Amino acid sequence: MLDAALELHPKVAVRPEPFGALVYHYDTRRLVFLKHPDVVRVVESLSDHDNLADVLTACEIDERRWPAFDRAVTSLYESEMIRDRD
Amino acid sequence: MTATEPATDVTPASTGPLVSQLKHGLDAPICLTWELTYACNLACVHCLSSSGRRDPRELTTAEAKAVLDELRDLQVFYINIGGGEPMIRRDFFEIVEYAISNGIGVKFSTNGAFIDSKAARRLAAMDYLDIQISLDGTDADTNDSVRGSGSYATAVRAMENLRDAGFEGFKISVVVTRHNVDQLDEFQALADSFGATLRITRLRPSGRGADSWHELRPTLAQQRTIYEWLLEKGDNVLTGDSFFHLNALGDGSPESHLPGLNLCGAGRVVCLIDPIGEVYACPFVMHDEFRAGSVRDPGGFTSVWRESDLFLSLREPESAGACASCGSYDACQGGCMAAKVFVGLPLDGPDPECGGGEGELAMADAGPRPTASADHSKPARVPVTLTRR
Repeated sequence: MLDAALELHPKVAVRPEPFGALVYHYDTRRLVFLKHPDVVRVVESLSDHDNLADVLTACEIDERRWPAFDRAVTSLYESEMIRDRD
Repeated sequence: MTATEPATDVTPASTGPLVSQLKHGLDAPICLTWELTYACNLACVHCLSSSGRRDPRELTTAEAKAVLDELRDLQVFYINIGGGEPMIRRDFFEIVEYAISNGIGVKFSTNGAFIDSKAARRLAAMDYLDIQISLDGTDADTNDSVRGSGSYATAVRAMENLRDAGFEGFKISVVVTRHNVDQLDEFQALADSFGATLRITRLRPSGRGADSWHELRPTLAQQRTIYEWLLEKGDNVLTGDSFFHLNALGDGSPESHLPGLNLCGAGRVVCLIDPIGEVYACPFVMHDEFRAGSVRDPGGFTSVWRESDLFLSLREPESAGACASCGSYDACQGGCMAAKVFVGLPLDGPDPECGGGEGELAMADAGPRPTASADHSKPARVPVTLTRR
């Protein structure tokens, strides 16, 4: 996913919470918990950068944590919370 | 909690188990139930809200919209509307459309009596709307013995109207009782035949259910049937996290857990607003003891959610009490608060339907059941004999 240009699905809302955020998809009615504020920052910055790697860099995520973020973003992609940006 | 999907773990660096965070409560509920009116055309024997007659103090349209404004600002993603029969309210569509236009998804529960073909077409044209048709039997005898004469035919007609109007994927909502537990496969087949989703929930001894629960509740053996059926066939069945107490029947492995958050969300992630604006911890505890405040109080719903003594206390760590030495406590979390209270069991006692049978034992020594705080049931009809003078 690191090369992918991504964005939050337009029918998805992110609600900040002390533990991270709640993410709700109005079309699929799925609710997902983002369990770390860093993931929230990454998800909310997706459309500001050319690809996921650039997002992680801009959010100052330590490269050792990139695989975990890659997995988290992949999981959100598979549940249609985020999608490819045209 | 109905539409809450199993929490997806997207944790790159753990901040502690999510459930323990949720137990401390959120800034706003994930979703909430809002009973719009106590008026109902039916008189189901297990009605959680003892509905029947409208309460003259029910929220006005303007008050309801003000509550929705608050929920929008709190980013409550969706609400579960119920009653009574919510479609009886003349401003029903106005309230639903106002919610949706403010980004609040609506799921409403109805007995279907007011879903004629015209209403079905109007509903089918709306986005972010889910409908749950209540049905407690796959045949008229089983259903109508609980929900009243003619209610099966009414529900089926509503489902046909929705289907014919092109409303896709409505829900058939079943309260599992001793008499319909053997119909779970038939309910699924019925749902499939309409392209609908099956939703099954637990019978609670709340409202009029306090009086019918002992007769209607599934037996201990049937509890296991429900658990095994859900594990085997429940992947696409909604439960509203209703049966988490049955996790005690598993072997503790992740595969033996029913999907869901597996916690009591009362006052932590869910709550209930009743027709007159009172806020309770969950839909199953409409009783003074679990009343947190009113949306009409200064500060409105937001203050009740964030500051009420009751909700703050529900977010404190609970004691495992009588269940502390049970190996299944982590799996079942002691079960449902409402189920305990309304059969006279202490909050730190076992769930009355504890899979290990502890509830049955405890009920033998149960204290007095709390008396109802309110009852909106219609008065019993006195048969009048017409005689010729």
